Amino acid sequence: MSSPETYPDELLYHPEHDWARIEDREATFGITWYAQNQLGEIVFVDGAKIGDDLKQGEPYVELESVKAVSEVIAPLSGRIVAVNEAAAEEPDSVNRSPYEQGWLVRVALTDPAERDALLSSAAYRELIA
Amino acid sequence: MRETPLHQRHREAGARLVPFAGWEMPVQYMGIREEHQAVRTAAGVFDVSHMGEVESSGPGALDFLQRVLSNDVAKIPVGGAQYSLLCREDGGVLDDLFTYRLGEQRYLTVTNAANHERDFEWMAAHGDGFDVEVADRHADYAMLALQGPDARAIAATLVEGRLPARMTCAAMEVAGVTALVAGTGYTGEDGLELLLPPDGAVAVWDALLAAGAVPVGLGARDTLRLEVCFHLYGNELSEQRDPVTSGLGWCCKEETGFIGAETVARVRAEGAAEQLVAFTMPAGGIAREGNPVAGGGVVTSGTMSPSLGVGAGMAYVPADRAEPGTEIEIDVRGRIRGAEIVTKPLYRREESQ
Repeated sequence: MSSPETYPDELLYHPEHDWARIEDREATFGITWYAQNQLGEIVFVDGAKIGDDLKQGEPYVELESVKAVSEVIAPLSGRIVAVNEAAAEEPDSVNRSPYEQGWLVRVALTDPAERDALLSSAAYRELIA
Repeated sequence: MRETPLHQRHREAGARLVPFAGWEMPVQYMGIREEHQAVRTAAGVFDVSHMGEVESSGPGALDFLQRVLSNDVAKIPVGGAQYSLLCREDGGVLDDLFTYRLGEQRYLTVTNAANHERDFEWMAAHGDGFDVEVADRHADYAMLALQGPDARAIAATLVEGRLPARMTCAAMEVAGVTALVAGTGYTGEDGLELLLPPDGAVAVWDALLAAGAVPVGLGARDTLRLEVCFHLYGNELSEQRDPVTSGLGWCCKEETGFIGAETVARVRAEGAAEQLVAFTMPAGGIAREGNPVAGGGVVTSGTMSPSLGVGAGMAYVPADRAEPGTEIEIDVRGRIRGAEIVTKPLYRREESQ
């Protein structure tokens, strides 16, 4: 069900196992390979709506595996401008492709300077090692 | 943390090990859904060595068990098996258990891991006045469950002679190890449970895997039992509810005079205020244990049903709103989710002709 373990260099990482792909004033969020592996097969994605305001470090969506539910933390603050409906329909895409098909939301950032608090791929890999 | 004789095997198989009732147990190997499907379509083997055993033997064993167990123990023939409850005087359920009759005056009762010590103490304390020896046999047995449509064919390659039919048991050699083999299980599939000497557990486990069974963890054990609406102690069963309310009046025989019989008789006559129902969530969402039901009631178990592909579970609801077809609302961590009460079980295997 899952992809090989990777942490792409072009992403920034939150220590709660989330990634952000920043493009100007917007960013795409998702969970890391490590997070999806810990959760096991994801069967339900729920809770994020376009227009929701997210605050860095606070939960914005729930991912459920067969056994348990986990909250996903926003790596940066902003307002949701898109939700990945394909991931809601096929939740295991978060397992199969955590950085591509399995993205969760796209956000208009309200405080891009918050990125300074995020980790590089190398620093995140050190954290989970 | 206690470990079963198969602990090293679980590690080698890449299992995710978690604390469970004081034991470190495998929750999954490949993944819960895959393991669940293996049991529904082929065969899986579970290490359930954390479960306990209490042996009752002697001329007074039957009379003793009639007093402490809810079912009519006199109905178990030698080589038979029976499901029953252990109750307090007020009907509160202490455990649900299987009892196997090993001989004319010998019975083995299998307990839930979390309750084993309390069960044994309760049984031992109520042995006064009966000519019975009550012995804690937990350390003497490992236990495996081999379940699924292919379970018997796999076991047949490792034994001489006939495997015991459903709800019966027999002592026999399995892969060279003397085992008590029982036609029982907790998955809704055909299958066997094996009680083994702990030092023989690895040999039997290896032989079962070599013969085609896949290892299955406690995660899939829970989804499998929930789909067929088997009770789990601590979820559907507790000291706070009596057997009739819990939907287990069928395994209580008040005429045997068991501890708790008066309460059972009263609740049966008056009718229970609550009922245990099964529900599905076709509109989405997964309710979990403890989620409140709007208008009264509580979810006892909830999961994504691998066989149905939707959220499903069991809940206690007021008896006047327990009919299949009734729409209910469940508060799932602050979000109201629709659910429908359905006929139990949630999943039924296709009977072969």
